[in-house]
Amino acid sequence: MKLKKDIAISDSGFLFNPSSGDSYTANPIATEILKYMQSGFSNEQIIVSIMESYEVERSTIEKDLFDLESMLSNYKLTR
Amino acid sequence: MKRKKKMKPCYTIAVTGLNAIDSPGPGVPVIRSLKEASSFDVRIIGLSYEALEPGIYMRNLVDKVYQVPYPSAGTDMMFERFRYIQSIEKIDFLFPNFDAELFNFIKLEQKLRDELGVRMVVPSLQQFESRNKVNLFEYGKNHGVKVPAATLVHSAREVSAKLVDMNFPIVVKGKFYDAKIAYTNEQAIQHFDKISAQWGLPVLLQEFIPGTELNVCGVGDGAGKLVGAVPMRKLYITDKGKAWAGVTISDKKLIDLTRKLVKETQWNGPFELEVMKTVDDKYYLIEINPRFPAWCYLTTGAGQNQVESVVNIGMGNDVTYFRKYETGKLFIRYAYDMIVNMNEFEQISINGEL
Repeated sequence: MKLKKDIAISDSGFLFNPSSGDSYTANPIATEILKYMQSGFSNEQIIVSIMESYEVERSTIEKDLFDLESMLSNYKLTR
Repeated sequence: MKRKKKMKPCYTIAVTGLNAIDSPGPGVPVIRSLKEASSFDVRIIGLSYEALEPGIYMRNLVDKVYQVPYPSAGTDMMFERFRYIQSIEKIDFLFPNFDAELFNFIKLEQKLRDELGVRMVVPSLQQFESRNKVNLFEYGKNHGVKVPAATLVHSAREVSAKLVDMNFPIVVKGKFYDAKIAYTNEQAIQHFDKISAQWGLPVLLQEFIPGTELNVCGVGDGAGKLVGAVPMRKLYITDKGKAWAGVTISDKKLIDLTRKLVKETQWNGPFELEVMKTVDDKYYLIEINPRFPAWCYLTTGAGQNQVESVVNIGMGNDVTYFRKYETGKLFIRYAYDMIVNMNEFEQISINGEL
C-alpha cells in the first residue's frame, strides 16, 4: 500500500493531508511504519524492519500493519 | 553611486465592515492585509454603520472613523456623506465589504470616481446580480458549473407547494445571509418564517448536497484572469456556520474551477466561492460572495496579499498575479475585549466621527 505523495509526516507523528485539510496523530510505531511506507518499502520489508528493531512476533506486526492500512485507506491517505 | 530608493505611495483607503461579532465583517482583516502591503503605505478610514462596531475603536488599525448611512437610505444619502468625508479626507480607494451595501456602491462607482476621486474594484451590476443566490442555478447552467437545484418562495404556503417536488433534507436560505437545514415540511416553514422576518423575501429552497464544504478566497482582474486564489477548509464552525478556524488546502480541481469561473464571467474584484465537495469528488457551487470573506487575512498569511492586489488594480499599478500559496496555514479566530473610554463612544455616537 502506498501513501499519497503529498502527505506530510513529522518526526513527532503528526500527519497533515493538504488536499483535505485533515490532520492526525500517530503513535511512535505507526510513525515508523508510515516513514517506511513513504520510503517505498513493501509490506514484507516493513515487517522485517520492525522485527529487527523490536522483540515482537511476526503475526502481531502483520495484524497491526493490516489495521493501520485499513485506517489509512478509510481516511483516504493512500493511493 | 547609490541607487535611489523608490518611494512608496501612501494611499488613504476607506473600509467598511468593521463589525466583529460571531459573524464578523471582513473590514478588520482587510485593514490588517493593507497594513502589510509592500507596494504602498496606508492611512485607514473606517466607515461604520453602528457605534458598537469593534473596528471603530482599534486605533492601531484605523486612523479615523466616519459613520455612514445604512444602505436602505439610498445612494443619494451615501454620496452626500462621501462628499462631506472627502471634504476632510482624501480617500483614494474604497473597500465595500458587505453584500447588502454593494448594490449602492456599484451604482455609485463612476460618480465616486469622477466627482470625488474615490476608486473601487467591484463587480459590474450584471456580474453582481447574476451570481445572486436567487439566480445561481441559472448561473451554474450558463457557465458549466454544478449548482444544487433551487427554487424561490415568497410565502409559507408556497414553501409547502414547492416541497412536493423536492427531497429532504433541504437548505432554506435568506437572500443575503443565513441558511438552515430542514428535514421536514414543518421545519422548512419554521425556517422560512424566521429567515424571511430577518432578511426579507424571497427565500431560497435549495437541494442539500452532502459533502465537505470548501471555500476559495480570490480576486479576478476584470479581464478574465485570476489574480490569486486560496482554498480553505473550515476546521471549527460556530453555530452560525461561520469559520472560527480553518486551514489552507491544496486542491487543483478547485483552483481550476475558480479560474474557469473568473475567465467565463470576467469577474472584477474580490470574491469568495462556497463549494461543496462530495465523496465522489464532485464540486457543487453553493454560493459566490462578491467581496472578501472575513477569513481573507489567511490569504495574506499564506503568501497572497490579495487585498494589496485589489488596490493596485484600482490604482492602475502593476499587479502581482499569484501562482502559489502555502498549504497547511491555519487561522484561528479569537474574541478580544477592548477597554474603551466613554468619550470615544460618545464621539462616534453624537458626531458620527472618531
